[in-house]
Amino acid sequence: MTIPAHAMGEMIDRIDGPDKVRGLARYAFEQPVERPAYLYPVQATIARGRMVGLDCRFASSEPGVLAVLHRYNAVRTRAQDGLGELDILQSDRVAFRNQFVAGVIAETSEIARHAAGLVRVEYQSEPHDVAFSADRDDLWTPSTVLSKFPMEVDKGDVDAGLADAPVRLDRTYTTPRYYHNAMEPHTTVACWADDQFTIYTSSQGVHAARGSIAALFGLDPRQIRVISPNIGGAFGSKAHVNPELILALLAARLVPGRPVKLALTRQQAFFQAGYRPETIQRIAIGAQEDGHIVAMFHACTSPTSQVQEYAEHCTRATPTMYATPNLRTQQRLASLDIPTPTIMRAPGECPGMFALESAMDELAVECGIDPIELRMRNEPETHPGTGLPFSSRNLIACLREGAERFGWDERDPTPRSRNEDGWLVGTGVAASTYHALQVPGSVATIRAEPPGRYTVLIAAADLGTGTWTALTQVAADALGVGVSDVELRIGDTAYPQAVVAGGSAGIASWGTAICEAAGQLRQRLGRGGTIPVEGLEVTAQMPENPYADQYSMHSFGAQFAEVRVNAETGEVRVPRLLGVFAAGRIVNPKTARSQLLGGMTMGMSMALHEDGVLDARFGSVVNQDLATYHISSNADVGAVEVRWLPEDDPYVNPMGTKGIGELGIVGAAAAVANAVYHATGVRIRDLPITLDKLMTW
Amino acid sequence: MRPFRYERADDVAGAVALLARAPQGAFLGGGTNLVDLMRLDVARPDVLVDVRRLTSDQVEELPDGGVRIGAAVPNSDLAANTMIRTRYPMLSAALLAGASGQLRNLATSGGNLLQRTRCVYFQNVTTACNKRQPGSGCSAIEGHHRDLAILGSSPACVATHPSDMAVAMVALDAVVQTHGPNGERSIPLAQLHRLPGQEPEHDTVLEHGELITAIDLPPMPPNVRSRYRKVRDRASYAFALVSVAAVLDISEGMIRDVRIALGGVAHKPWRATVAERSLIGGPASGERFRHAAEEELADAQPLPGNAFKVPLARNTIVRTLLDLAGSSLVPPGTAGPGPANPGATRPEATNPEAAHQETAGPGAADPEGVHPEAANPEAARPAPDPAVMDPEMDPGADPEGPRG
Repeated sequence: MTIPAHAMGEMIDRIDGPDKVRGLARYAFEQPVERPAYLYPVQATIARGRMVGLDCRFASSEPGVLAVLHRYNAVRTRAQDGLGELDILQSDRVAFRNQFVAGVIAETSEIARHAAGLVRVEYQSEPHDVAFSADRDDLWTPSTVLSKFPMEVDKGDVDAGLADAPVRLDRTYTTPRYYHNAMEPHTTVACWADDQFTIYTSSQGVHAARGSIAALFGLDPRQIRVISPNIGGAFGSKAHVNPELILALLAARLVPGRPVKLALTRQQAFFQAGYRPETIQRIAIGAQEDGHIVAMFHACTSPTSQVQEYAEHCTRATPTMYATPNLRTQQRLASLDIPTPTIMRAPGECPGMFALESAMDELAVECGIDPIELRMRNEPETHPGTGLPFSSRNLIACLREGAERFGWDERDPTPRSRNEDGWLVGTGVAASTYHALQVPGSVATIRAEPPGRYTVLIAAADLGTGTWTALTQVAADALGVGVSDVELRIGDTAYPQAVVAGGSAGIASWGTAICEAAGQLRQRLGRGGTIPVEGLEVTAQMPENPYADQYSMHSFGAQFAEVRVNAETGEVRVPRLLGVFAAGRIVNPKTARSQLLGGMTMGMSMALHEDGVLDARFGSVVNQDLATYHISSNADVGAVEVRWLPEDDPYVNPMGTKGIGELGIVGAAAAVANAVYHATGVRIRDLPITLDKLMTW
Repeated sequence: MRPFRYERADDVAGAVALLARAPQGAFLGGGTNLVDLMRLDVARPDVLVDVRRLTSDQVEELPDGGVRIGAAVPNSDLAANTMIRTRYPMLSAALLAGASGQLRNLATSGGNLLQRTRCVYFQNVTTACNKRQPGSGCSAIEGHHRDLAILGSSPACVATHPSDMAVAMVALDAVVQTHGPNGERSIPLAQLHRLPGQEPEHDTVLEHGELITAIDLPPMPPNVRSRYRKVRDRASYAFALVSVAAVLDISEGMIRDVRIALGGVAHKPWRATVAERSLIGGPASGERFRHAAEEELADAQPLPGNAFKVPLARNTIVRTLLDLAGSSLVPPGTAGPGPANPGATRPEATNPEAAHQETAGPGAADPEGVHPEAANPEAARPAPDPAVMDPEMDPGADPEGPRG
């Protein structure tokens, strides 16, 4: 089923690279438009209540102000069920602090920003509730299933299994709120003219955005064109339509013919562009003395807003990982007066595997077994949750390869056994996994022109990750031609429909549609392959994967970390990370390495730095910029080595790929936390691992 | 951000006169902090008087062997200046420990001293803050205050001063030269910044319209050793949780002079005079260092979220002094100063570069790399084979084969 690789596997430079480094690649906000107007939002200063007064006179009378947008002049929209976050400027309700309550449209961004400060809003506030805990009596079981995986799993008798086990572990792990903080802010340029919306926006999926907009504004999708050629990072925050896009569209309707430009400030992106919610996870494991797991329970509680449901599916990977006769997972939600969380790189697996892989390290300590050996002893033959065989699974091979490269054999397992000039040194390991999915709904068109030029059209997205290059390589191999014979066009609803870049399913989904179209084209061209003078065009939809229900499909990996912890100050530094992955065929080793390296770095950042601090009195996060919300920066990143194993998986898709956008972050935080335990003897179960938790008091 | 007028003057006196006529106006230096605050509507000047071309951007030697730093000297130039690097390596280290390369290129020496606190409530106009809006209350005391003060705070304000440079300069006994509506004056840097008291809106003792024109550093005595140690969760681009600037002069095991300033702990760079008095004239020992640090911190009033800073400051003071004392240390349990060993005293002392290098612990990396060997956390270990680090350079080990 897998197509032969010629271009695939080549370390080709980014096709979009030269334009980007020369500043020629235009992002959404930079699109040249005639007579732009600028929008600046006004945000609620209460966490819950009603707007009872609005005074726009001062703002309106500022020279250069075109209009003040508010709920009395905004067009009526119809938010779909379950998408209340988009229901903005439609009522007097305030559902969370910093919600958009108005906006100013002006001739310059400076005037808009200044005048926004002159809009007076009066509120009647109500007591708000942002107290997140796993002990609330109003927790509920989420209904939304993000993927085909069940929200909860119950197999065997976990309680009995735990009760009978000679070794028992029952631990609680917590992770704080995380923000995507893509380099490019959320931006939109929207124009309403002749009953048509033309929208440039930074989006992971232009068709999905168009669908949401059409439903919300009651328009025919043909009245809407969404264009998103270049994206400066997204990490999930640009997968769904966000309130800021809707605000820009409402503004565009108020000044027909004028393109309205909106770029969120870094501070605003902390409130209106989604985030990964905090989690409280309980893991109970029962095992034999030799480490064999007999029962496992994993429960996750996370918060969502009052207007929309989002569950951080932390327990999703748990049924994939280790053999056990008794397994139960549980997800609970607390509805609070907060903005709606959203998907962020490896939603679910990322915090979930921090907890599970920390617990596995704790179990290894309890049993006195090497943590790699423990994982080998619990390697399942078939998927522990579904019973299906794996299409391919190379976790053990990754652990072995990593152990050899990292020098794991030389490790003295005793905690706090290495002190180098006042720095405690330790190493840790954790497993990675992510599901390998194809999402139905993508269509590709290929136009062939003599003597051998091929234009491939599909509204896919390149988030800065390398789609442009990798998908061109896929198309070249599918057509049996060279990369230079193929021109790929993406990021525009004028091209055939494509699914959102998410779930690490982009290449698998779009690539399969391209392979299908290429196959049909080659068939119609026949054996000689001569392209007719008038050219030939074929359009094909992604076919269903015949193996989808026969195999369980996942990527795996092993993450290793070395940390140094200052014995007196508790400062943690990470001189060395190693990730070894098995993710099917790697289309472009250059962009793949960057993806995995970026994921690992983001996981280290999660382990040590990132922490959205909620101030319950205000109902919002108060460290709302990159000076106070810390992410790992260059000096924090030591040597990061990225490896992958050859893996030939004939079942996943015609390319044999599994997706690598999220795999790198999964398990990285646990590897760091486990290394910190090894260095210091202190087990940190609440992230981030800041120095106050490790210093000498 | 509000509309404002932009003005330039021909000279310092002109700029001072311009601002004296504009009670809501402000001087514009590098703008790295002020312009951010204007965007956030925290600073609301109606006039900006640009002073970047008015004061010196040079470091000059003074007749007494000290130096005069023009207020317009960019932080990056000051850090790289040969006189600063050789005579005051601690100052260079402190500068490089602060901000990013881009910010240091713009930020001026005078402006660095006058940057505002990074307290999250001060920077958010929708929350109460006595420093931003006198009388509105302090949101930090019962809120997020991990980065804030443990010493010298008041019920009105627990803000910290964010500068690294100022902490080193306070330990160097710097003196600030100003030109104001009432003429010129000299202010010891340790007295420039105030404690918050009931008027946290005033960061310094400067009058409105008073411009810093230069900063003078007195000469460093020969054979003293100095160090700036900055402690933070993140290896770069983060404000100090605690920093220690220390100058130590030991002769035959006895402390002749010691100067210690702390950053990240108070509304001002905190000169640790209690610890200094406790140490001067006595032997250099770990026990005495610890005792002195504890005495200095005895009056600390930490909040629940920053209680860790008290032991962190103690640990960092002690470690910094221990590292500076090096072989001059009196062994534990020894009552007296111990046998003097003048032949072996501080070979590094004649080489200020060595003292500077000490400032970089593992991971305390300086990405700008004045001292690449110190900035490289790999330096302490065998360097990994680069071919193993990078699949692009090691095709044999890459199963997918970069060449197919």
